[in-house]
Amino acid sequence: MKRHFDEDLDGLAARLLHMGRLTEEMIQLAVRVVTERDALLVAEVKRREHEVNELHIEIDDRALKLIALHQPAAGDLRMIAAAIKINSDLERVGDQAVNIAETGEYLCKEPKMKLFDVPRMVEVAASMLKDSLEAFARKDTALAKDVIRRDDEEDRLKSQTFNELIHLMQSDASTIQRAMDVILISRNLERVADHATNIAEDVIFMVLGKDIRHRHVEA
Amino acid sequence: MSTMTMPMKPQPEAAARAQQPASPVLEIRGLSAGYASAPVIRDVRMDIGRGLVTAIIGPSGCGKSTLIRCLNRMHEIIPGAFCEGDVRLEGHDVFRMDPVHLRRQVGMVFQRPNPFPTMSVYENVASGLRLNGVRDRKLTAERVEKSLRQAALWDEVKDRLDKPGVGLSGGQQQRLCIARALAVEPRVLLLDEPCSALDPIATARIEEALLELKGSLTMVIVTHNMQQAARVSDRTAFLLMGDLVEYDETQKIFTSPADKRTEDYITGRFG
Repeated sequence: MKRHFDEDLDGLAARLLHMGRLTEEMIQLAVRVVTERDALLVAEVKRREHEVNELHIEIDDRALKLIALHQPAAGDLRMIAAAIKINSDLERVGDQAVNIAETGEYLCKEPKMKLFDVPRMVEVAASMLKDSLEAFARKDTALAKDVIRRDDEEDRLKSQTFNELIHLMQSDASTIQRAMDVILISRNLERVADHATNIAEDVIFMVLGKDIRHRHVEA
Repeated sequence: MSTMTMPMKPQPEAAARAQQPASPVLEIRGLSAGYASAPVIRDVRMDIGRGLVTAIIGPSGCGKSTLIRCLNRMHEIIPGAFCEGDVRLEGHDVFRMDPVHLRRQVGMVFQRPNPFPTMSVYENVASGLRLNGVRDRKLTAERVEKSLRQAALWDEVKDRLDKPGVGLSGGQQQRLCIARALAVEPRVLLLDEPCSALDPIATARIEEALLELKGSLTMVIVTHNMQQAARVSDRTAFLLMGDLVEYDETQKIFTSPADKRTEDYITGRFG
């Protein structure tokens, strides 16, 4: 039996996926500020942030209304609970994008700086975010588990980038300010990957009713 | 009507996986019941945990009321009814017990409040004690007050104990019936849709009373109201067309049921 409630749940998922697409665009634009040294893109990031913030409030409002009016249970309840948490993660992904863009804007004014593994970190974090949202849309737990596994690579790349930048700062003090900024960007990217991991964990809970947070993913 | 102990049959996996509460008050094994040749419930196996509220949910006609009416042998009163299998109260076969003695230990509250129409509030509660041979007036008065307090009705009726029980509101009458059932200090209280005729405030008062009794009394509640099952019960059993589909912790049933039929029912996709 198709319920009117299903349309409301579909509407909630659609708004969340729209918010997800915006945050993906924000990350791509913010990274271009750094790699292409194009400070004009900062405004594009901030314009999307405004929309993401509006969606953050709208999605929570929709979810609370569904809980209050329908008293959902089982899979419906898990979907709404997941939507509330994913909403929060996506809003923070947006914040990370703004941080990257603002740091990039500063770096645009400085002499060009080697980015070490940052481009690879961008690839990993962006693909994790994209796939976590894809896993949500398709209720695909295998893809969600794959996202969670990839977080280790992002952590490894961040540590490697840290080490290389520390070595650079020790050998050339004139790079300290810029190297610190690249460290901040790698930290922002690592946080994006963490939020994607959270989203993937929420997808597994939503589909299977299994809470795998703070545990290793089963092989 | 016949009663007998049947050999235990393998249970459906979903029902059998229910955790067995430690030291159950009631043990139900291979219980089938119905009318003439038509079974209403089939081969039900479940344990009722001590001091817990167990909710029985399921669509109309699935056998919820039949199941609980077997537990104190009310079902067999109906002409043509049959009941087979094994039900044990504290290890004793209920089908070998004196039905009056059994019903003193396994009390029941029905859908519609049914206070004795000719009796006062006080007499309604004291009646069960009198039938059980309690003659001591002081003891009776103490038990009446205690029962009315347990049913969360004392403050509303303490100044009109001598007034007719049927003069109370519907919700008060239902709490009077709960007090009447509690007065004989049963081990188990069965409640068959006790709030279906009540408004939300009266329902909330009954639920509060049940939550207060939890721990000291074992209760089994049949309800069509799934939010009520979720609010008051510790464990929930889902019956469908006479089969026990799933029986588990209430939180598990309402967040991650194991069986798709349970999920479809509690999310309103059928029933």
